[in-house]
Amino acid sequence: MPVLILGARSDIGLAVARRFARDGHPLQLAARNAIGLADDAADMALRHGVAVTLHEFDALACGGHAAFVASLPELPGIAVCCVGLLGDQIENERDIAAATLVLRSNFEGPASVLAALANAFAARGSGTLVGISSVAGERGRASNYVYGAAKAGFTAFLSGLRNRLTRHGVQVISVLPGFVATRMTAGLALPARLTAQPEAVADAIASAVRRRCDVVYVLPVWRIIMAVIRLIPEPLFKRMRL
Amino acid sequence: MMLSGWGRFPRVDAQVEQPRDAGALAALVQARPSLIARGNGRAYGDSAVNAAATIDMRRMNRMLAFDPASGTLVAQAGVLLGDIISVFLPRGWFPLVTPGTRFVTLGGAIAADVHGKNHHGQGSFRSCVDWIEVMDADGAVRRCSRGEEPALFDHTLGGMGLTGVIVRAAIRLRPVDSGWIRQTSIAAPNLAAAMAAFEAAPEATYSVAWIDCLGRGAALGRSLVMLGEHAGMHELPAGLAAQRFGPPPRRALAVPFDLPGVVLNRWAMRLFNSLYYRLGAARAGARLVDWERYFYPLDAIASWNRIYGRRGLVQFQCVLPLEQSAAGLAALLAETSAAGAGSFLAVLKRFGPQDGAFAFPMPGYTLALDFPVTPRTLALLDRLDAITLAHGGRFYLAKDGRMRADTLRASDARVAGFQAFRAANGSNGRFRSAQSERLAL
Ligand SMILES: Cc1cc2nc3c(=O)[nH]c(=O)nc-3n(C[C@H](O)[C@H](O)[C@H](O)COP(=O)(O)OP(=O)(O)OC[C@H]3O[C@@H](n4cnc5c(N)ncnc54)[C@H](O)[C@@H]3O)c2cc1C
Ligand SMILES: NC(=O)c1ccc[n+]([C@@H]2O[C@H](COP(=O)([O-])OP(=O)(O)OC[C@H]3O[C@@H](n4cnc5c(N)ncnc54)[C@H](OP(=O)(O)O)[C@@H]3O)[C@@H](O)[C@H]2O)c1
Repeated sequence: MPVLILGARSDIGLAVARRFARDGHPLQLAARNAIGLADDAADMALRHGVAVTLHEFDALACGGHAAFVASLPELPGIAVCCVGLLGDQIENERDIAAATLVLRSNFEGPASVLAALANAFAARGSGTLVGISSVAGERGRASNYVYGAAKAGFTAFLSGLRNRLTRHGVQVISVLPGFVATRMTAGLALPARLTAQPEAVADAIASAVRRRCDVVYVLPVWRIIMAVIRLIPEPLFKRMRL
Repeated sequence: MMLSGWGRFPRVDAQVEQPRDAGALAALVQARPSLIARGNGRAYGDSAVNAAATIDMRRMNRMLAFDPASGTLVAQAGVLLGDIISVFLPRGWFPLVTPGTRFVTLGGAIAADVHGKNHHGQGSFRSCVDWIEVMDADGAVRRCSRGEEPALFDHTLGGMGLTGVIVRAAIRLRPVDSGWIRQTSIAAPNLAAAMAAFEAAPEATYSVAWIDCLGRGAALGRSLVMLGEHAGMHELPAGLAAQRFGPPPRRALAVPFDLPGVVLNRWAMRLFNSLYYRLGAARAGARLVDWERYFYPLDAIASWNRIYGRRGLVQFQCVLPLEQSAAGLAALLAETSAAGAGSFLAVLKRFGPQDGAFAFPMPGYTLALDFPVTPRTLALLDRLDAITLAHGGRFYLAKDGRMRADTLRASDARVAGFQAFRAANGSNGRFRSAQSERLAL
């Protein structure tokens, strides 16, 4: 059954697509300006001998998500949502429209499309939904709490979806990558030891699907880092520069 | 970041960009006053380094179309030859021309117009290229081939990235029945015997010789000449039929850190002796070798360049015209062995006819030598340059990181024509490498 990648132009999304193509899965690549992914689609089809289709998709067009799911040539077996927008915290503090876009791109849009897929998967009684959220959602920090808040919402949504769908045979995986070297973080000075490559995220997702994991951190060290960050008492935390 | 070629000498602090598509590339080409394209960094010296802007093309690595009727592959320039083999060998196709490592990009193979062990019969990489798309200094993509913009085609093959950025190309692959090579080894006691072995085998698809640089006097140029043919399915013994396209991929050994200089010689000796040993074992006749061992013996050791230690290595590669080859090669080998510099990797190869405006090969013999970087070997290389010039030879820019501009001019009457093309094409201001600056190209 095909694997649907939502936000397929994302560096992580392309790596996930290649990873599943290597295992012989046909692909449905959904993105804004999907036609711009024609070269990537040709490459995956040629290298791995799988069928690849392109689908126009805007995560913010929530009203159209049910129709989008219905328009797919085949209901996918696995859907991976890689949509996200880091935004600029300083700008988000001054410009509510910018902040709203970050909130909607990381929470409302991804939740909406996964909700539409969830209903279809539940009706079928099988399938895997993968949502890429972020460790940024585990505790709000001054440096990116708008993005973090949206991811926190998305993480909670995924957890609830998993709780609802398990009895319907549908698997839901929350992916909480730490730093990943992608277009989103290009130009930021990321610590090399804490930064994963998109291919590592793709491998972690493929293995989580196989092993039926619920929550994935990619680099194990992030599970520890976040456990510590969650434990810091608020009176102390609020004074830290993070 | 600090950047160099495969020899890790010289090293330059360079600004590196990694465009994902032609649009992003065009924006860079238009915005930067000086830049050079870079493939997988397998050129030894500073051909693919520009301090102001080095454009790493490896993200533009999509394979776009394949026509199984003609074996024609259209791909972006950053695709690795090794990936082409992984995808197409299991379908019965192999590169028509390949250098001694598969970790080169399509763009790098075109820009250096690389040669393989079949140059004497097949010619250079050019012979498999149907067309190329080159981005010029204005950011416009121009398709060129033998029939369309032939001057751009002629100067881009072998043009070392100095005519623009290669974006896409169409190349023809060779149909193969298996991933195995029928290899015949000939022990040549000296240089004359090695050359005679090449001249006696013009029909061999592949031929190459490894010279034992420790051979002196009457044994100067003592070498193993290795001929190869693609093996047909019917030639594989029953045990290999299940591995028709070669054994499953091996994991490369890695050299985890820079080794001190002394290790090299010991390692080199051992490897060479084992080659001799294997030859002895195989003397009875031909034997089957898988494609990886045959074409890419060095690829089995990842980052083998670290064996040469922190200071890096330099490679020397020249070609001598046929009539001057015997005398010139003898002089080069004698000079090397007199210097006691014992290059470990010494490769000899017969070249055939060559087309193009600035490509390296010419009919004759090419010799490639590796040395650790020391003041002594750098001085030796200057003397090897002089011997090459005295015998009418020229130098392979993909291996060079230290030649002087006047040496290049003295070796190659085509320099002025290449510069004139660059000027007329608007590329001399924009496309520059540390090498082109050093050589005043
Ligand atoms: C172990 C080993 C064995 C080798 N054996 C051989 C051999 O047998 N025969 C042979 O001919 N060579 C050989 N080489 C040299 C190698 O094949 C060439 O240097 C080749 O150009 C390297 O390709 P690359 O992709 O790494 O390019 P780089 O080394 O990154 O660049 C090489 C040149 O190509 C240009 N270039 C790269 N990409 C583009 C592009 N997209 N557009 C425009 N210009 C571009 C660069 O500007 C530079 O001038 C060998 C090298 C090694 C390390
Ligand atoms: N990189 C990291 O360090 C990191 C860490 C943790 C989590 N993540 C998460 O990982 C996911 C993938 O990100 P990435 O790192 O691969 O970065 P990326 O390359 O910037 O990918 C983000 C993708 O989201 C798409 N997108 C944004 N809004 C959209 C919309 N309205 N409709 C459709 N697509 C939309 C973008 O599409 P366009 O191409 O059309 O703009 C882009 O391809 C994101 O959810 C991100 O938050 C990343």
